[in-house]
Amino acid sequence: MKSFAKAWAILGHVLHFIRRDKKAAVGAAILFLLLVVSVFPSWFMPDNPSAEVFTPGFGVSWSHLLGTTSYGQDIFSQLIAGTRQSVTIALLVGFFSTVLSVVIGISAAYLGGWADNSLSMFTDVVLVIPTFPLIIVITSYVRNAGFWLLIFVLVMTGWSYGARQLRVQALSLRNRDYLLAARARGESSLYVIFFELIPPMTSLIVANFLGAALYAVLTAAGLQFVGLGNIQAQSWGTMLYWAQNNAALGTGMALWALAPGAAIALLGTAFALLNYAFDEIGNPALRPVRVDSKTKKRMVRS
Amino acid sequence: MNAPILSVRNLTVEYTTPAGAARAINDVSFDLAEGEFLAIVGESGCGKSTLLFAIAQLLSYPAETVAGSVFFKGVDLVSLSAEDLRRHRWRDISVVMQSAMNAFNPILTIEAQLADACRAHTDWNGKKIAARSAEVLGMVAIDAVHLKSYPFQLSGGMRQRAMIAMALLLEPKLVIMDEPTSALDVVAQRSLMRQVQTLRHELGFAVLFVTHDMSVVSHFSDRLAVMYAGEVVELGATRGVFDHPQHPYSQGLMDAFPSLVGDYRQLTGIPGAPPSLIAPPPGCHFADRCPCVFDECRVTKPDLIDKDGYEVRCHLVHRKANS
Amino acid sequence: MTEPLLQIQGLSRSFHVGGFRSRGVLHAVDEVNFDVNAGEIVALVGESGSGKSTIARVLAGIYRPSNGSIIFEGRPLTNRSNRSARGQMPMVFQDPFGSFNPVLRAAHGLLRSLALHCPELNAAQRKNEAVRLLEKVGLSPGADVLTRYPHELSGGQRQRLGFAQALSSHPSLIVADEPVSMLDVSIRIGLLNVMKELRDDEGVSMLYITHDLASARYVADRMVVLYAGMIVEEGRIDEVIRSPQHPYTRLLMATAPDPRLAPSDLGSDDLGEPPKVINPGPGCRFAPRCPLVSERCLVATPAMVQITPTQRAACIEAKAE
Repeated sequence: MKSFAKAWAILGHVLHFIRRDKKAAVGAAILFLLLVVSVFPSWFMPDNPSAEVFTPGFGVSWSHLLGTTSYGQDIFSQLIAGTRQSVTIALLVGFFSTVLSVVIGISAAYLGGWADNSLSMFTDVVLVIPTFPLIIVITSYVRNAGFWLLIFVLVMTGWSYGARQLRVQALSLRNRDYLLAARARGESSLYVIFFELIPPMTSLIVANFLGAALYAVLTAAGLQFVGLGNIQAQSWGTMLYWAQNNAALGTGMALWALAPGAAIALLGTAFALLNYAFDEIGNPALRPVRVDSKTKKRMVRS
Repeated sequence: MNAPILSVRNLTVEYTTPAGAARAINDVSFDLAEGEFLAIVGESGCGKSTLLFAIAQLLSYPAETVAGSVFFKGVDLVSLSAEDLRRHRWRDISVVMQSAMNAFNPILTIEAQLADACRAHTDWNGKKIAARSAEVLGMVAIDAVHLKSYPFQLSGGMRQRAMIAMALLLEPKLVIMDEPTSALDVVAQRSLMRQVQTLRHELGFAVLFVTHDMSVVSHFSDRLAVMYAGEVVELGATRGVFDHPQHPYSQGLMDAFPSLVGDYRQLTGIPGAPPSLIAPPPGCHFADRCPCVFDECRVTKPDLIDKDGYEVRCHLVHRKANS
Repeated sequence: MTEPLLQIQGLSRSFHVGGFRSRGVLHAVDEVNFDVNAGEIVALVGESGSGKSTIARVLAGIYRPSNGSIIFEGRPLTNRSNRSARGQMPMVFQDPFGSFNPVLRAAHGLLRSLALHCPELNAAQRKNEAVRLLEKVGLSPGADVLTRYPHELSGGQRQRLGFAQALSSHPSLIVADEPVSMLDVSIRIGLLNVMKELRDDEGVSMLYITHDLASARYVADRMVVLYAGMIVEEGRIDEVIRSPQHPYTRLLMATAPDPRLAPSDLGSDDLGEPPKVINPGPGCRFAPRCPLVSERCLVATPAMVQITPTQRAACIEAKAE
């Protein structure tokens, strides 16, 4: 019960910050909208996205807000339906890849010595592997390259950059006196890592998450664009695939390609804007000055 | 009496912050004669470093000089363009920074950095640059073999002396020093101050020296200015300020130094903290912490009044002088 | 004669420097012996490269000694990884800005320390004890400070908090590593007075590490002078200040900035170069800078000469009184 209350308090804290920073508020609003669309697509879809019943190549009109594809499908419905997969990929890959980056990068920095050397070497090897060709090779070999294989491959190729970044930041924080002070008063290593070392790194960890999420969206879209993954599934990437195959840009159905492209950019923008709020959470000194409620005086050095 | 080499008049600098403009220095005026050593002392937040950078025209956003002038040999530096300023830099005015480790480029040799400074401000050929570099290093007791060294290979004291050598390359008339001794141990500190003293007597340049530790300059500076919360509160001959401080802040400050000689005394320091520079109090900035405060102090700001070359900003002192 | 609270015997700590192939050994601390008694403040004085910070870190359990032993309250301190042993000699750090985690509340460390070392207290009792400790070091109202973040406190307040945190484990000895060096002059005295009060009222001993002789004179009862990882002089504070026996101590006295003292000529040629502690040769380590140096100084490290029952110096020129 107590941890639920604490989690609620943290959420309230985060929302408070997002409300304060206008850029982050915009980012959060966009992300929230896309989340709603991905959870309840039927609220927004006027038609069945795969139904090839309409006039092909129809332009923008009230019945088809973005026109129709060359197969007679409503582009707007496809766009709505595709939101779910793209957002899910972004969040899942972002989350798992960040967890890996944090565990590997921060452990390497904290443990030092041979542990650091081996973990860093491992990270560097994974980092220089060309990810796109690797993913293409893996997914083209596996039959029925499903959704979860895509997630797995994206996570495995996406964690190394973040691990390097976090390791560097953790190294710079490692010799701060407050970590020494925590050890000196008797805290265990695990406590120091989780409660003293990671909190100041929050903004970088969240930035990592947002970056990994964006990487996932773009790479997944790219893979689907070249025809990997399930091309019958509804996603922004497959829309691009079909649009390209049907020369949409040249035959007056430009929105078939532009709309999913714009949607991908919108999701990326949301992540970037959100990043602003997390800079402040991570560094209290960047926060606006608090006012003591009793004396109405600024709570600065006294 | 020669004209002063540096004349600061009503200099005011503000920092833009989200909470409003913070007035880091307020209406500061003083003169510096040729060859004179003026020390500016004060604690953190008093504005001394800002003053130094404002004089050297090194301020950048969010700091801004909002009023006043800095006359160097009659020319107002505040009004000069960047190109005109460049002609004065290093030839007439040079700067020694607080931390030589930060001020030197870590990937260039000392030789390369000295040459860089020469080439930026003169048209000397390579031979003359090499000769002058070796010469200035000799002036600060650094062997010329260290020209080939990188900054990290020198000890702290040597780096700081190398910084001074670099500042003297073009024989400027004014050398500005921002806490050059604070990163050094006591023996190196003493050695550096003596070096500066000797060089001053040989080359005749003026020194503007900022420090938070006034005991470092106590036996080397000609005059001493004490700053508090962005204002000069006392300015006079060094020994005068040390032996008979008149402003309550200076008195408190002198009293806050435990001594190695004399009887053992319990000291109290100055409790409290400086006021906010964004919304400073209407009267004297020191009123909240002053042991001699009275009503007028909180209402009107005292002026810096000059009496026989000794300036003090305090109502109590003015009252005593007039009575 | 009661046993000393802390006995440091033959303490040495060296570091391997340079790359894999290098044979460089940095002798940060070499065969250091001194004691700290109950209810006294001992000043450990030295400049950069003297080894004073290394000694502080060994005592705090951050480094293990290469050699020698540390006996605290009669028991040797061997197993430093024992968590409960860590609170016995708490440390106050030099940097008021770096010694607090910027994203956590300033009193977080204090409350955690109470949780670790006073497990019999519940949360409300811990809070009350925290407030009591804060007010003891002059931070009041204590309840107000509990809500602050480190950047909302001044440097002096943070250092006081550091002492409150050190007191939370009810120690008999606090190691203070240059606690006032980074504070403004007018604030230092306040903190030095807090240290004196803790010694006089609570009977807490302190090892006060500093490079400033004047502040050592103000708070300390005895002084130990370090140079290049070795002790060069030790004695009661008034003895050493009044009649220093080692040339390095004399140099420190002469160059200590004091507005009331005219600068002496002693050490006017000394450039303040740090001592050589990497693969040092035989002989006295101060020999390159010593005005009294002779050939005998280069042969072996000088032995300690007992000047008075309480003062000793490691110099062949020192004479017993």
